Amino acid sequence: MTDFNYDKSLHLKKLLPKDAIDKIDNWIGKYPADRKRPPIIAALTIAQEHNGNYLTEDLMQAVAEYLDVPHIAVYEVATFYSMFHLNEVGEFVISVCNNISCSMRGANKVIEHLQNRLNIKVGETTGDGLFTIKTVECMAACGGAPMLEVNKVYYENLTEEKIDQIISDVTMLRSKKSKSTEVKK
Amino acid sequence: MGKVHIEINGQKLEAEVGSMIIEVADNADIYIPRFCYHKKLSVAANCRMCMVDVASLPKAVPACATPVAEGMVINTKSDRAIEAQKSVMEFLLINHPLDCPVCDQGGECELQDLSVGYGEDVSRFTEGKRVVKDKNLGPLIATDMTRCIHCTRCVRFGQEIIGIREMGATGRGEHVEIGTFIESTLESEISANIIDLCPVGALTAKPSRFKARAWELQQTTSIAPHDCLGSNVYVHHRRGEIIRVVPRENEDINEVWLSDRDRFSYQALTEGERLLKPRIKNNGKWQETDWQTALNLVVKEMKRIIGGTEGKEFGALLGNNVTTEESYLTQKLIRGAGCNNIDFRMRRRDFSGDGRGSVRSGFNFPLAELDNMDATLLVAADLRHEQPLSAIRVRRSTGFGSAMAINPFDGEYNFRLDEELQPKPEMLAQEYAAVLVAADAKRPDILSAEAKEWLSGIKAEEVHHRIASNLIESENACIVVGVYVQEHPQAEVINWISESLANVTGAKWGYMTQGGNSAGNKIAGAVPSQSAAGGKAIKGKNAKQMIKDGLKGYLLVNCEPDVESVWSKEALTNLEKAECVIALTSYVDGRVSEYADVMLPIAGCYETSGTYINVEGKWQSFTAAVKAPDEARPGWKVLRVLGNLLDLKGFEYESSKQVIDELREVFDAVSDRRNARKVPPALGKVSDKDVTRESLGLYMVDPMVRRAKALQQTPKASTHPISISRVKTS
Repeated sequence: MTDFNYDKSLHLKKLLPKDAIDKIDNWIGKYPADRKRPPIIAALTIAQEHNGNYLTEDLMQAVAEYLDVPHIAVYEVATFYSMFHLNEVGEFVISVCNNISCSMRGANKVIEHLQNRLNIKVGETTGDGLFTIKTVECMAACGGAPMLEVNKVYYENLTEEKIDQIISDVTMLRSKKSKSTEVKK
Repeated sequence: MGKVHIEINGQKLEAEVGSMIIEVADNADIYIPRFCYHKKLSVAANCRMCMVDVASLPKAVPACATPVAEGMVINTKSDRAIEAQKSVMEFLLINHPLDCPVCDQGGECELQDLSVGYGEDVSRFTEGKRVVKDKNLGPLIATDMTRCIHCTRCVRFGQEIIGIREMGATGRGEHVEIGTFIESTLESEISANIIDLCPVGALTAKPSRFKARAWELQQTTSIAPHDCLGSNVYVHHRRGEIIRVVPRENEDINEVWLSDRDRFSYQALTEGERLLKPRIKNNGKWQETDWQTALNLVVKEMKRIIGGTEGKEFGALLGNNVTTEESYLTQKLIRGAGCNNIDFRMRRRDFSGDGRGSVRSGFNFPLAELDNMDATLLVAADLRHEQPLSAIRVRRSTGFGSAMAINPFDGEYNFRLDEELQPKPEMLAQEYAAVLVAADAKRPDILSAEAKEWLSGIKAEEVHHRIASNLIESENACIVVGVYVQEHPQAEVINWISESLANVTGAKWGYMTQGGNSAGNKIAGAVPSQSAAGGKAIKGKNAKQMIKDGLKGYLLVNCEPDVESVWSKEALTNLEKAECVIALTSYVDGRVSEYADVMLPIAGCYETSGTYINVEGKWQSFTAAVKAPDEARPGWKVLRVLGNLLDLKGFEYESSKQVIDELREVFDAVSDRRNARKVPPALGKVSDKDVTRESLGLYMVDPMVRRAKALQQTPKASTHPISISRVKTS
């Protein structure tokens, strides 16, 4: 029997910590009360941050219920924007643009090189859980084509050497970071 | 709204300011190709097929999204327009598979038609076509998503018409797919309309899939039998077999839509276990026989029981969707034979209103006006599950107006409710009366002193005042009383309150009725209190008495009281106990073969000619689309012959038209006589055992729907939409 007294906000509250819920509420407050769909992107972003950088069906459903919008509306947003990941991803998500400008400037070669270098295919994650390669639509950096993004940082005018450099930089950065956290412990 | 003057293809036209080019062209019968535009849906302008050439603009524009302006000169066939349309067509065909020979839509496909007109013979694209995984949308709708051209008509239908968005466009760019959130069956009761909306073969009807080609089908107009709206349909059939049922446009009733129940119930006729020959039970064993033997036995038994008990121990029960002709003949037959026990209201508990109210039952205003109501009060009306297409009208009105509900159950609404009261079912009349008290407080000089006296013990609270003022202050207001009320032990009190509340507030009111032809049954005189067209009758037993008291003999016309009645248990016991049960039925399965003694095969709906009268009082006649199988005969013919065999006068009909004309003549002579309802006796207490706790269910309402295979597999089939156990506790 369906429980009609079920509080629709509970589901998300179980899945996310209080400060995340507060952040989502803050976003909801920015829009008129009868406009329920605008906060979807913000809510999904926050939910993703707290779930190891990816979204699950359960989480998307909880967000939909929390915002009181149809499930499909949340799912549409989550599948449209490339910053939402619907599967588990590596620590560094390399998003390569393969829209028209980047394609004309050699995006395919960038992708090929990345695949060879990391030994994975687009959409896959390296065995050590470090890298995921993803192709994305235009990121509005056509002036620096071909380009890619690693976790919110843009890298433009790519060459094979530059890509190798980015990968080793990122790897170094990570080992430094993990060391510093170790020190803190 | 002002007018502007435009010119399309040299034809001078006058158009409303703000209308789109495509609307004006459609009204003037000028064809513009389109995929995503649909007159009942919002403008999406995403297929770009409707490109037209506007003289003052530098390039072709979409006709569906370009408002007309004074002096606009439009050409739909100029080189520029055709070039734009052809280019769009080329884009649409890039990914569309060339599988027309194996596609169910082939022959009635908008894309196929237009590609003949605008497509090139050879594609310039050599790249591989994209492939999209099919979605499982449940037992009614088959999908072939690779064929989808992303017109989003199905998505907009969900969002705008149903009001519950189940489908959406996921992904981006070339990866866009139409689907649901995770794989899920569509839950809406009118979901299958997306089959008609889909311009390609992406969404097709599962039950009729691969059964026939569009060009092999013959089309017969008919009326859907499962709810009191009387939706207009086309029956498509081939070589005497019904292939499918599709909506027939009628703006006053079903617009362009059809409920899933009306669309797929035909499966009972084509795939149900049909009764093919008359049968007689001999020492507990069924024996097939010929019509002559079976009818002679029926006449013998009727004479024996009616003659032996002065007609007191025999009775006729009718289904809610027998044709008016059948119910008219049944009452003529029964009464002619000397028996006055006849009724079709097997779910009614309160018969105190018999002989009062209007001759016909139902609405006192056109259904289409539901669209324009500023305020609608629903009284125990579960429109979505009872008259699904009326719910979308109320939904439309909530765009500007408000809807309010007094429901003893937790209804599922596809529109916003501004006020919602949820009394316990046994307190429904009290709660409703409080609204009348509130209305009376505001307009005290309308109700009679007697009525005021009746209301004196009831207090109105703030919410009742809000509802009453809303009804009074709104220019267009109405009260819609649901089927649930007709099952309520205080139905007549509630009807009186509705009538009074309508008088005081100036709102219109109407009540929904069970099945497809309750109004017709009542007009035909298939009730114990009145004969045809409200004529006088010797009072006989009503359905409750016939079922609960038990009779020696029953005549069942297209009904199964053991399922349909609110006293289904008693019905089964007494039918089993009866000496003779004569069942006119189309099916052999079910318990009817256990309790019946004679089974006469009658034609199902779409196999007989007849007339249904809808809740507004519209008489809609139809002809048979196909012949009934084997020995089955239309019900009216069977009843006519029975009349002859009983030596009754006036049974010389040669067609069903003569039957309905005879009734029509009497009805027109009396017109719609109304006897105002009297102030009812003081409100008694209702035991909570006396109310319906579980309704019959969307797909349980009549013998035909119960045997429609695909509908029985939907999630809605296994749930009781009205179930008191679901009442909110807080």
